[in-house]
Amino acid sequence: MALPSYASPVQKTYYYFYLFFCGVVFFFLVAPLIAIVPISFSVSPFMVFTDGMLAWPPDPEAWSFRWYRNMIGDCSADVVSSTVPCSNKWMIGTVNSFFIGIVATVIATALGTLAALGLSRPHMPFKGIIMAILISPMIVPLIITAAGMFFFYARINLVYTFTGVILAHVALATPFVVITVTATLVGFDMNMVKAAQSLGARPVKTFFRVIMPLILPGIISGALFAFITSFDEVVIVMFMASLDQLTIPKQMWAGIRQEISPVILCMATCLVALSIFLLTTVELLRRRSERLRGIKPR
Amino acid sequence: MILAFFNWEVIISTTQLLTTDGIPLKQSLKKAERKNKIRAFFLVFPLLLFIFVTFVMPIGDMLLRSVDDAQINTVFPKTFEEYNKWDREKDKLPPEEVYRTLFEELATGEKIQIGRALTRMNYSKSGWKSLIKKTSREIKKMTRKGMVPESYKETLIEINKDWGDPTFWYSMAQMVNKQTPIYYWNAIDRTYDQNQNVIMQDEKRRIYVQTWLKTLKVSVYVTFFCLILGFPVAHLLANLPLRYSNLLMIFVLLPFWTSLLVRTTAWIVMLQQKGVINGVLVWLGILSDDGRLQMVYNETGTLIAMTQILLPFMILPLYSVMKVIPKSHMRAAQNLGAKPAMAFWRVYLPQTIPGMSAGGLLVFVLAIGYFITPELVGGKDGKLIGSWIAFHLKTTLNWGLCAALGAILLAVMLVFYWLYNKIVGIDNIKLG
Repeated sequence: MALPSYASPVQKTYYYFYLFFCGVVFFFLVAPLIAIVPISFSVSPFMVFTDGMLAWPPDPEAWSFRWYRNMIGDCSADVVSSTVPCSNKWMIGTVNSFFIGIVATVIATALGTLAALGLSRPHMPFKGIIMAILISPMIVPLIITAAGMFFFYARINLVYTFTGVILAHVALATPFVVITVTATLVGFDMNMVKAAQSLGARPVKTFFRVIMPLILPGIISGALFAFITSFDEVVIVMFMASLDQLTIPKQMWAGIRQEISPVILCMATCLVALSIFLLTTVELLRRRSERLRGIKPR
Repeated sequence: MILAFFNWEVIISTTQLLTTDGIPLKQSLKKAERKNKIRAFFLVFPLLLFIFVTFVMPIGDMLLRSVDDAQINTVFPKTFEEYNKWDREKDKLPPEEVYRTLFEELATGEKIQIGRALTRMNYSKSGWKSLIKKTSREIKKMTRKGMVPESYKETLIEINKDWGDPTFWYSMAQMVNKQTPIYYWNAIDRTYDQNQNVIMQDEKRRIYVQTWLKTLKVSVYVTFFCLILGFPVAHLLANLPLRYSNLLMIFVLLPFWTSLLVRTTAWIVMLQQKGVINGVLVWLGILSDDGRLQMVYNETGTLIAMTQILLPFMILPLYSVMKVIPKSHMRAAQNLGAKPAMAFWRVYLPQTIPGMSAGGLLVFVLAIGYFITPELVGGKDGKLIGSWIAFHLKTTLNWGLCAALGAILLAVMLVFYWLYNKIVGIDNIKLG
């Protein structure tokens, strides 16, 4: 998309301005995420770049793992600060987040994959309306979902329980599984199912031996989407979870509201690292899936 | 032509094709089709049932709650029955019977139930809560002593002279039905006057219309900014060679995958008074040290943070549309004599409209229901409607109003959802 050699000076100006503008937008997209990383290694109990951090040559006194140690529950004398409380809440939150996330992901992936298989069949009745219902948890604003679920789950005594939070997260996560798996099934050759069946395989065997290996990349991406949805979800957790179901986002929310401390940034840095990992995995899976289905990369 | 068509009809209706089992082919085909349909449906059924129970029913429950007024009717059923007999034209105050039933129902009612009813009564007219609480205490004292008043009306007015104030009685008319639209009126700053006419709230209680408008305004701005920032980026990504665009795509996908709270926190770090942006501006000498800009905890902060957070939702649909626009179109247009700007305006831009509308609607719909970011970086004047829903859900416990605000927001959403479906199609949503 380079500029042709015959471009006029005006065109050149436009072109470089366009590139510059795009550069600014890319910077705008990632700069905040990158800025928090160095601050999380600061010694200071405030979320700012201290003079020591900006000094040249670098001042080793200004940097430390202090807040990371605080995050993992190490409350030794050189870690605690009068403004930043020290507890093992972050670790409890991490355990809970992974527990809720993994259970919700397993259920959502199973239900979502089954439904996607049904929706991709040519004989599916009322496809449009069913799809609309299945996708709706993704579209309805979370605050409305949270209000509705809070009222309803309170009636059946599910608020402030793990079951309630997990059920809510499964409902929120399934649309992502349905969408990704359906997208993978678009290029799926249904003749293979017929071939398997004509060779005597029963439906379950056909699924596990023929369909699943081919759509596995899609299922895994869907599962990762489901996991991150549950893992990052804060609105539902805010209303439906008590302190027993403390998760990372709930603890972060409380942190931002009450005690703004660099510990939040430490956790944020960890989450950015996690999202880079998940993003790479999904991207690699997508390419693999396209290769498997014989679609040339776009 | 018509004749040929006619002939076919005759053939089909006279000679029925049969399968080897002797069943008409049509019937056999239908049967197989039905079997397939049922099979496909059974695969979807578990999820459909799950979503119905865990998601659709709660939303339905919320909608019912937004008009529900049954609780108070279980506390004062007889009073309301008698109340309906009161002829306002004739008597200034309700008849003795109303006072008697109210007295009895207050004496026998459960404390928790009455407490809930009081909260509801206060929504219609402030003052009910303290009036009934005081009266209840007196009534309890009297019943303990075994006193039975001669005239209930006079006794009640003696306990508290507000019982002689007709405005309290007028406000009761709003509660006697088991369904009420009052929460919806409250949600748009309206209320009832004593004659059941809809009027504006007191000046100082008018907050929602303003908040609705602000929510719309912020959503429109955010959509607009996302379009302005997203369009060139999507264009660049769609036209670069694959190995560069895949790399640059990470810049778009990383924020998309990162926790909302992380991004919001990051913006607080960037925008606060001692934050990164102010720091850089001071260091460059553009701002003086005490002239630092206030960019967070106000509407500016909300706009900046929401634009960054929702930008990937604009870029991704735009990108997928631009990707398939043939590059030869622009060249052809220029070949035919169009200046680059004209070629872009007349040839390229119209082809990106599906992408712009998809991205625009997606961003708008997400923005309008946003809650976390405005709540954290919006400060006092950046609060959007979502914050009020949360406030009533968690703090005031005015669940009727909370549900009504949610229902209106949902209705707005559904209109756009429907539009989205018309323009893009629900099953065309793509992720990443």
